[in-house]
Amino acid sequence: MWKYCGKKIIETLIVMLLISFFSFAIIYIAPGDISSMYITADMSEAEREAVLEKLGANKSLPEQYLGWLEKAVHGDFGVSLSNKASVAPQLMRRLPTTILLMGCALLLSLLLAIPLGLWAGYKKNGIVDNVISFISYIGMSIPSFWLGMLLIILFTAKLRILPSGGMHTVGKESLLDTIQHLIMPSLTLSLGTLATFIRYIRTNTIGQLAEEYVLTAEAKGTTAPNILRKHVLKNTLLPIITLLGMNLASLVCGSFIIESVFGWPGIGMFAMSAIGQRDYPIIMAYIMLSGFILVMGNLLADILYAFADPRIKRGIDRANGK
Amino acid sequence: MDNLVEVKNLAVSYFTYAGEVQSVRGVTFDIKRGKTTAIVGESGCGKTVTAKSLMGLIHKPGKILEGSQICFDGKDITNLSRKEWNSFRGKECSMIFQDALVSLNPTMKVGKQIAENLTNHNKSISKAELKKKAIEILELVEIPDAERCLEKYPHELSGGMRQRVMIAMALVTHPNLLIADEPTTALDVTIQAQIISLMKDLQKKMGMSIILITHDLGVVADIANEIIVMYAGKIVEKGSCRDIFYHPKHPYTWALLKSVPRVDYEGKQALMTIEGSIPDMTNPPKGCAFCSRCPYAMNICNEYEPPKTMLSNEHEVSCWLLDERADLSGVPDEIRRLKDE
Repeated sequence: MWKYCGKKIIETLIVMLLISFFSFAIIYIAPGDISSMYITADMSEAEREAVLEKLGANKSLPEQYLGWLEKAVHGDFGVSLSNKASVAPQLMRRLPTTILLMGCALLLSLLLAIPLGLWAGYKKNGIVDNVISFISYIGMSIPSFWLGMLLIILFTAKLRILPSGGMHTVGKESLLDTIQHLIMPSLTLSLGTLATFIRYIRTNTIGQLAEEYVLTAEAKGTTAPNILRKHVLKNTLLPIITLLGMNLASLVCGSFIIESVFGWPGIGMFAMSAIGQRDYPIIMAYIMLSGFILVMGNLLADILYAFADPRIKRGIDRANGK
Repeated sequence: MDNLVEVKNLAVSYFTYAGEVQSVRGVTFDIKRGKTTAIVGESGCGKTVTAKSLMGLIHKPGKILEGSQICFDGKDITNLSRKEWNSFRGKECSMIFQDALVSLNPTMKVGKQIAENLTNHNKSISKAELKKKAIEILELVEIPDAERCLEKYPHELSGGMRQRVMIAMALVTHPNLLIADEPTTALDVTIQAQIISLMKDLQKKMGMSIILITHDLGVVADIANEIIVMYAGKIVEKGSCRDIFYHPKHPYTWALLKSVPRVDYEGKQALMTIEGSIPDMTNPPKGCAFCSRCPYAMNICNEYEPPKTMLSNEHEVSCWLLDERADLSGVPDEIRRLKDE
């Protein structure tokens, strides 16, 4: 098992290196750069050169990349070109905000999806199933920015019970205030994942209920709720672990759209403005962060999978000669 | 009362898009206390459906038809509520299945799966007691190092061990009836023999009745007291093990026996096969269901169902050949002899 983890970690490092190189190269090839913020039409050629020199924008791709890489390995992602502050602390400061929002959304969708999905699968093709399926189709089809705006119109403009955006009301720091601000964005965010999870869990439940071991459990006199809870649930959730692993990246990196709609001061919004300003160090740091979390999420899912399903753990141990 | 189960006129149909599939068409039989009854027949003849009806495991679109009667221990069990079924299953009557690998939950430890059967019927049982009983039953089914086995997952056991675990799980509650649905089909021959002799031993020790469902007559010879031969949802012949093996009267039974490989066959005697396949059960034939495959079929077989003929107290056959007007030319002596007796 440990050997397997080690192998996976080395793979992760290689993937990270590739991600960093290609994203660096793409930004390099893209027309325009940060210097456009500093260079004006009436500058002389020499002044332009000086600005480019100062920003390091006149060096070749390998030079720039290696320079960036050397620092990045030491945890220094450079200084933002637009606000001259160090990048890493700026990202880290926004991290908890994003995790709070995405965590709430993910938790909400999981907590709802597990019972609803199981129930729909158990009552396959019945009324309950049809209602749940209908709702989840709607959830999957509604664009989140549109739903977000609808919610703002309803709860803020018409009913005036929830704040439209941000994380705190100015001057207030209470928990209740934060929760009020959290409700709409996390609802909007969770709807999409909720719908996907419900569909997955429903399908898995139907598949698992057709397995022979369910008949065995029934022949032991196990009641239907216990069959679902003790036997089917665990086997149904196994594939969901993979989905969760992939969702981890969005959990940390936030959502450009929702954070912008609700003015949530998280990483997504931060990266969005950096892209607008071609602030390479921030963009690079953001890409590295999301790439890293995505790869780690998959690694984590693999490892969790092995713990949840003893058959896989044995398979892994065997493949690694143990 | 020496009958544990009395089944009268049991009929089960599956209502599918293609129409009503009449899986079981009126079977009547008894299961004696402490004895083994084998239900034999080819795939699709209704033997598993018959067994499932005894456990209330017929699910939609299947339905036990009006007029069917199943008495278990003197009590009619055709109309039990869901709750009554849950306390019946596993406690009064347990069932084991063909392939233990898929019939055990792959992500649950063996010990927990055995314990579940106990907790289902006794919520207040203590953990220590559960463990003690689980170890006891695993030792009874001859699993070495029972305590360690409790902590294992099904895939960590061999095929034979898994089937022993299945049997242990079924018997941990000391049920009155054990239904074994092709328990040896997925195992290799030496293990088959071990499992059969284990079941025999356990029956001696625990005294339960066994219903053994199989398509392999070779398996039942050693263990069955009574044999029921089913074909296309009906019982074609029923009798003691001796009756069926030494005096088969129905051409189907006879053909089944001839198709079992035997070591005492001389030289290159070819194994017999039964040509054709079972009839379409959405539209079962009017007369004898076996008539299209029966080499001795007469005109009447096509038109009318054969009556039940009691050859002795226990031996019962449904075949027109036993009628005194039947034309027996070409019918092998083995079958004919019976009639003369």
